[in-house]
Amino acid sequence: MSVQGLRQEELLADVIAGLIGRARHVAVGAASPIPAAAALLARERGNGQPYVSLLGSRRQTFFTDGGRELFDCAGQGRIDVFFLSGGQIDGQGNINLVGTGDYEKPQVRFPGSFGSAYLYYVVPKVILFRLEHTRRTLVEKVDFISAPGTSADNVYRPGGPIALVTNRCLFTFDRARRRFRLTSVHPGHTQAEVAENTGFAFDSPEDMPQTPAPSAETLHVLRTVVAPQLVEVYPRFAAEVFGAVPGAATPG
Amino acid sequence: MIARSLDEALAPIADGCVLAVAREQSGVAMAATRALIRRGIKRLHVVALPTSSLQADLLIGAGAIDTIETSAVSLGEFGPAPCFTAAVRAGSIRMKDATCPALHAAFQAAEKGVPFMPLRGLIGSDLLVHRPDWKVIDNPFGEDDPIVLLPAIKPDVALFHAPLADRVGNVWVGRDRELAMMAHAAVKTVVTVEKIQDKNLFDDPWLAAGALGAFYVDRVALAPRGAWPLALADHYPADAAHLAEYARMAQTTEGFAAYLDRHVLAQRVLTSP
Repeated sequence: MSVQGLRQEELLADVIAGLIGRARHVAVGAASPIPAAAALLARERGNGQPYVSLLGSRRQTFFTDGGRELFDCAGQGRIDVFFLSGGQIDGQGNINLVGTGDYEKPQVRFPGSFGSAYLYYVVPKVILFRLEHTRRTLVEKVDFISAPGTSADNVYRPGGPIALVTNRCLFTFDRARRRFRLTSVHPGHTQAEVAENTGFAFDSPEDMPQTPAPSAETLHVLRTVVAPQLVEVYPRFAAEVFGAVPGAATPG
Repeated sequence: MIARSLDEALAPIADGCVLAVAREQSGVAMAATRALIRRGIKRLHVVALPTSSLQADLLIGAGAIDTIETSAVSLGEFGPAPCFTAAVRAGSIRMKDATCPALHAAFQAAEKGVPFMPLRGLIGSDLLVHRPDWKVIDNPFGEDDPIVLLPAIKPDVALFHAPLADRVGNVWVGRDRELAMMAHAAVKTVVTVEKIQDKNLFDDPWLAAGALGAFYVDRVALAPRGAWPLALADHYPADAAHLAEYARMAQTTEGFAAYLDRHVLAQRVLTSP
């Protein structure tokens, strides 16, 4: 753990908080500690807005009607931002949470599609998050489409991807062109390295911006206000990244 | 009714039945699952509402599952579910891949006694390709608006763990309302609980608001720490060291067998409270 130096998790949480922007309700699914940190950071910046619902939390949620309430809420357009990942993500924004190779006899089997085959369609801003940025994860075409990046014009689709955040860079997604555009490269990484490790074609600006490092104030908020709120759902992450320990949590 | 023992409570869960189980956060009946494995249960068709972790993996490893319908099986922070992953790769179980809201909607259909429920999303997903039981129709109230219909899921038995019951068999589920939905949808419901109190839950309006009426509940059994090693929200956390040990041991057939011997089969004498 390093509290002085900038951690990659802190940079990514800051990038994602920026992507969240102004929203009324951000929901975070299972096994997503960095997006959870970003959502809580956005709430601190917005003085209590947006509402944040962390799946698996008893404190960071207002749902009282069981697991279906999240999906019913999303179906009505009451969730503005959600996060999805994929064992594979391709250049058209298709995500694969099922497996590689043949569906009946997969080479690798992933856990499953979770809520992606629904939430990707109905949540306006879906932020794709995949730490591992390699040709294994970012592929030309996914082996199985858990949820497609875009849909035919007659398919009800108010939602979809707006960006893809990895350990190397930030891509934004152009729905009309069905294509990613490299938006910034994180400090310590290069455009050439991104190209070398990405299995799909994407657009690039001529002048490649670097992802700005979080401000001192952002780091302070992440480490002192956000970290204790993560302990409930992500004890291991909160301890490893921020040195936060159970019992130190403040009411959210 | 309050069963005299865990094994008696589990009697309605027969070989080959369609068994609905709860997601990790909301009350997984792990003590009951171990008892079913000790009994040698076979050919289960498990429906996880909407995901599962250790429970499904243990049942698969023990050879108790023929078919599983779920949106995901994983050990979360502790990595992929080893038995599930191996069984799908080997083709030794039938996997019906779903998405979380589809399972919620299909249970809601059964709750309402209607044959199907429509759901947005899904069109263009390969899930739909592999689910011939899901159908696309054109919205009869719209124009050129395709929408997916999901058949109702009416399980033979719903099985879950809850914090509290009373002597007549009312069960307190609190805000984990999908447990009530499971019970409403299923033909029979079996519940294990941390505690059984003498006072009727419906005598206290605060508790009544989070209660499931005994009308829907066939058997209740006392099973203190019955979700262990998983968490029971608001009561106890997951046993992280144990789950890490499981994740490690279940990597190999021999390791899984040793786990089963030590933590499931050897516990036979301890089943009755």
